Amino acid sequence: MKTASLPKPNALSLRIQRITHHGDILWSGLIILMSFLVIVVALAIGWMLWQQSALARNQLGLNFILPRADSTWDPQTGVFQAWPFIYGTLITSIFAIILAVPISLGISIFLAELCPEKIRLPLNWMIELLAAIPSVVYGLWGIFVFLPKVVLPVGEGLFTVFGQVPVLNFFFTGPIPQSGASRLAAAMILTIMIIPTITAITRDVLLAIPNTQREAAMGMGSTRWEMIWQVLLPYGLSGILGAIILGLGRGLGETMAVTMVIGNSLEPTGSLLKPGYTMASLLANEFGESLSELHTSAMIEIGLTLFVITLILNIIARFLVWQVARRTPQEARA
Amino acid sequence: MTTTRFQGLIAKNEVAHSRRRRITNTIMLAITGLLTLMALVPLFWIIGYVIYRGGSSLNLAFFTQLPRPLGIAGGGVLHSIEGTAVLAVLSCLFAIPPGVLAAFYAARNPNTPLGITLRFTTDVLAGVPSIVMGLFVYALIVVPSKHFSGLAGGVAMGILMLPTIIRTTEEMLKLVPHTLREGSLGLGTPEWKTSISVMFPAALNGIITGFLLAIARATGETAPLLFTAFGNDNFNIGLIVRGGAQAHQNIFTIIGRIINEPVDSLPLTLWKYAQQPYPERVNQSWGVALVLMIFVLLIEIIARLWVESRKRALQG
Repeated sequence: MKTASLPKPNALSLRIQRITHHGDILWSGLIILMSFLVIVVALAIGWMLWQQSALARNQLGLNFILPRADSTWDPQTGVFQAWPFIYGTLITSIFAIILAVPISLGISIFLAELCPEKIRLPLNWMIELLAAIPSVVYGLWGIFVFLPKVVLPVGEGLFTVFGQVPVLNFFFTGPIPQSGASRLAAAMILTIMIIPTITAITRDVLLAIPNTQREAAMGMGSTRWEMIWQVLLPYGLSGILGAIILGLGRGLGETMAVTMVIGNSLEPTGSLLKPGYTMASLLANEFGESLSELHTSAMIEIGLTLFVITLILNIIARFLVWQVARRTPQEARA
Repeated sequence: MTTTRFQGLIAKNEVAHSRRRRITNTIMLAITGLLTLMALVPLFWIIGYVIYRGGSSLNLAFFTQLPRPLGIAGGGVLHSIEGTAVLAVLSCLFAIPPGVLAAFYAARNPNTPLGITLRFTTDVLAGVPSIVMGLFVYALIVVPSKHFSGLAGGVAMGILMLPTIIRTTEEMLKLVPHTLREGSLGLGTPEWKTSISVMFPAALNGIITGFLLAIARATGETAPLLFTAFGNDNFNIGLIVRGGAQAHQNIFTIIGRIINEPVDSLPLTLWKYAQQPYPERVNQSWGVALVLMIFVLLIEIIARLWVESRKRALQG
């Protein structure tokens, strides 16, 4: 480096260069700092919600989130019980999952195993674009098109079929309101919104299965469907479960579209055909107009509950998907 | 289990069974195709209907005027277009530098404890409901500062963008051939300079695609803005700038005033207008939906085309 043509660096800059390994220590310090920052943000979300909900946690106790048949939510008198919202979130998301799983499985099987090469990419894109449409646009379309055209007839059909059946009529007490705004509407919109999530991951899981599995199944004389159903799906099961759980997580946290179609009212029934609330839709509706400190704090505790539930689901799902990814290459090589 | 079933079939040698298997096969495969078609119905239904309803409410005033008082026809959503721009710029400022730098760490040290924690945290952050981000930023910024602001909205959107930015940048950096990096280090270039002037430019195309996708997704979000940016019908950058210039304020004071005001964004406006009983507001909400959808879908498609062409170029 020491050629005559280069200007001689002064002693200070040489010392800085030596101490910092030509700046590398500063650089690694910077990128480590930023990595910590990201982790701190994630921790801060949990900590902030925990701290801000202290008032509600102390005053309302565990009763706040426990299931109760007679739960009430009355900001005027300061009675807060979150069960109706937790129930609303769970019932809409679970019903959405029940609808979305078979559809997504079918789509991902088609995309991964059957689809001609030429239309695979456009089809993949179109399914993924479903996830790119903003949630409010789903909501707007939901209010004016989906509710009257699809949800209302389906809801009426469900009421006539299941309305009198014992046990099931708990979920299908009707009739559905003429606007169509109901938990069913939320669940059906959620179905459309989580299909791309489940499909994309399941498709990748299927594509990651080594071809030896397919060849072995076909070689034993199975039909294509038998190969998919009896060999590929069991092989990728944990990854597919992970995909379903990730879809569930997405459904639980979805706010705008659900808020716009669920009707936002506290009904004393657990029926899918009646309007309801979810945790997220309560926050979207009431948080801006909170009446008291306890009210705000109670709603932040609901946010905390939502955060913890999605956190746990995500950890489980990532673990499941990661297991498939880890197992596959080794066996493929063997 | 599979084996015994096939053995049973062979032993029985039943032709009827094999026909049943063939029919099941055909039916089930056809169903998967039908399901795929079915999933496309809402996509085209939404896009088509939004174009149909939204197209008629778009005109020049829609993009250039502030909203008129309720019940008076006309006016536009300039405030929310400007607000969206402010939020997008702010969120990029907050998300891109830390996101890219953290991705450099994750790409270089995937197996250190910090690297593993970072990637895990990124996955977790990606799964946090966006409304929870809104609550977090409300507690973090709005409560201490005692007012809603574009700044708070930008932070909320920035946190939302972080996971996408970190993940795509990390993946793109990993795609850069090792030989490039080693060549640079072998010439005596320090690590930081290699990262900035060799690795980063080589991965830049992909990284920008990641930014675009992150911005598109974040721009469509409403929930994190409800209690941070809040909304502001009178937001007008031109007015603030002119007022500031007349009072001889310097540029930083003016920028400070812009980001300290509550702002509207397109999705926020859509949400508010859609719930109002005035038909002209509802019509405008369809217009907003159309603008928003075109913006988001265009970015999404362009970014994907770009990635595809890069992939094809890399594969030869």
